Amino acid sequence: MTDSAALLNKHSFVELGARQRAKALLDAGSFRELLDPFQRVMSPWLERQGVVPQADDGVVIAKGSLDGLPVVIAAIEGAFQGGSLGEVGGAKIAGALELAAEDNRKGIATRAILLLETGGVRLQEANLGLAAIADIHAAIVDLQQYQPVVGVVAGSVGCFGGMSIAAGLCSYLLVTQEARLGLNGPQVIEQEAGIEEYDSRDRPFIWSLTGGEQRFASGLVDRYVADDVAQIRDQVGELLQQGLPPQPRSQRAEWFLQRLAGLETGPQIEPSMVRDLYQGERS
Amino acid sequence: METLSFEFPAGQPPRGRALVGCVGSGDLEVLIEPGLAGRLTINVQTSVNGSEQRWQHLFARMFDGTTPPAMSIDIHDFGATPGVVRLRLEQGFEEIGHD
Amino acid sequence: MSGYSLRGLNWFNALSAGAKALDGLPPSLRVADVALGRLLAVVADPDNRFPRARNGEVGLLEGWGLAKAVDDAISADREQTHKRPLIAIVDVPSQAYGRREEALGIHQALAGAADAYARARLAGHPVIALLVGKAMSGAFLAHGYQANRLIALRDPGVMVHAMGKASAARVTLRSVEELEALASSVPPMAYDIDSYASLGLLWETLSVQQIEQPTAEDLARVTECLKQAIGDVSSGDLSNRLGATNRAASSRVRELLRAQW
Repeated sequence: MTDSAALLNKHSFVELGARQRAKALLDAGSFRELLDPFQRVMSPWLERQGVVPQADDGVVIAKGSLDGLPVVIAAIEGAFQGGSLGEVGGAKIAGALELAAEDNRKGIATRAILLLETGGVRLQEANLGLAAIADIHAAIVDLQQYQPVVGVVAGSVGCFGGMSIAAGLCSYLLVTQEARLGLNGPQVIEQEAGIEEYDSRDRPFIWSLTGGEQRFASGLVDRYVADDVAQIRDQVGELLQQGLPPQPRSQRAEWFLQRLAGLETGPQIEPSMVRDLYQGERS
Repeated sequence: METLSFEFPAGQPPRGRALVGCVGSGDLEVLIEPGLAGRLTINVQTSVNGSEQRWQHLFARMFDGTTPPAMSIDIHDFGATPGVVRLRLEQGFEEIGHD
Repeated sequence: MSGYSLRGLNWFNALSAGAKALDGLPPSLRVADVALGRLLAVVADPDNRFPRARNGEVGLLEGWGLAKAVDDAISADREQTHKRPLIAIVDVPSQAYGRREEALGIHQALAGAADAYARARLAGHPVIALLVGKAMSGAFLAHGYQANRLIALRDPGVMVHAMGKASAARVTLRSVEELEALASSVPPMAYDIDSYASLGLLWETLSVQQIEQPTAEDLARVTECLKQAIGDVSSGDLSNRLGATNRAASSRVRELLRAQW
């Protein structure tokens, strides 16, 4: 295939909305949405603060199959309120993961896929968003007793706040070049720590630390994929087939503590230092 | 934010329903469902205050000289331009037509 | 005058009553086994190797250190029918905000801690969080929020929130005054512990005489409450947090999902 033909055949995943992304990953015809937008289960908190709500509260829950395996997908719509999680959207994700774990206890091997485009807690619903994210964390850990949870950060919002911790809990993480993954948003770090520490307007700097390529090169994610629907779908399918990882990243405390003990923390850090520290002795 | 309601004469209800758009910056979400025969009702929640006249004109021009299907339309608007509103509505009408 | 809170440290010292602290952990952690169970606290370490984590923030070392301390209890009790309770003493002003933290994956360190606490709970360890100071955002998600039971001391300095007021105002494009006005009418946005209690997430709130430096009576009262909380734990999930009117949508969403599953 020529380069231009390859380009024409490429379908961007990043450009898709949450519902289209979920459909694109599932086997043809298997998509079934739960709490679809026509049911209008919306945020009870936004209107009273003068914020226009969205019919699905920015979260799509879909059941279906991927390469024949039973899966539930939770997809966050990054375009609505920055993908922030409020009470309803958060409960949709937590509840879906809880039911997936329950399936497994009943002998149905439901896996989960999280499509993460989110700044974390929706500040208009602050403590209810935070509580929902704690529930999501609990449910991911519960489900992973049985089946993998695959997280996808495709871009363009990225994955931040409490949901970056959810990403860190996933059995596997897949990112594209457009993805960013980090706990704190650049603006907040700059506000709390100063522009010397973190310049929120310096995009190359931010990407060099938290972008998809760097995260992959540092071993903090498992797959680095082009922004292409077919490739992302194949890779997610492969990860699901692998079953549970022998040692999940979030259960490697000793290893990370050892590595961090070897870091000289006097000078400010560079991206290459992270790659060397975490990947230098990889066999 | 303000909430507005509009009503227009209409024909028979369509069979399908449609969802287009998203409550993102400069965009809107449109949910279209079958309404009661003879009536087209539109509810708009918009982040832009004082925009009732603009919505009224926009709808009046879109439905002028036609008998639209009897629909119940919900709009969640996040500052979309009239052009984007028209585009989304047309996309939605196209989708219900396919069902 | 110190710029950081000593509440967590003082409550740890009072509850641990001189018990030997676990070693092999970062200096910003205090962990000890007592009759009640394993106590875990994150405390300020002015000499922290990571400069952005010197005031009691939960950073890279704290996240992974908590994970290690909790994992250690899980492994030690693996063959036991009695799983030791884990008691997280919560006084955490925030997660650490810094370049090193982001670069080295603080999200992953906090995931390590949350994972360990959640696995302990699922393994049958009663996990209790005792809120004696701030319980903010990512720091609380890593240290405390995975507990079976949340107990808060009743005091203006005890607060749960997703973001400090100044940052929250900036991100939502409001003034601090506007934010405070909104918070007074929207319970999940409020910073005080009574509004938080109205969300149904707390198992108990408790008044003490001297929250900064507990009296013998305070200690007895809190110890009794912790015992009751441990005894009250009957399942490994967090469903006991659901049911409050101010969190009704969380229950309704789950009911609908179940019906449509």
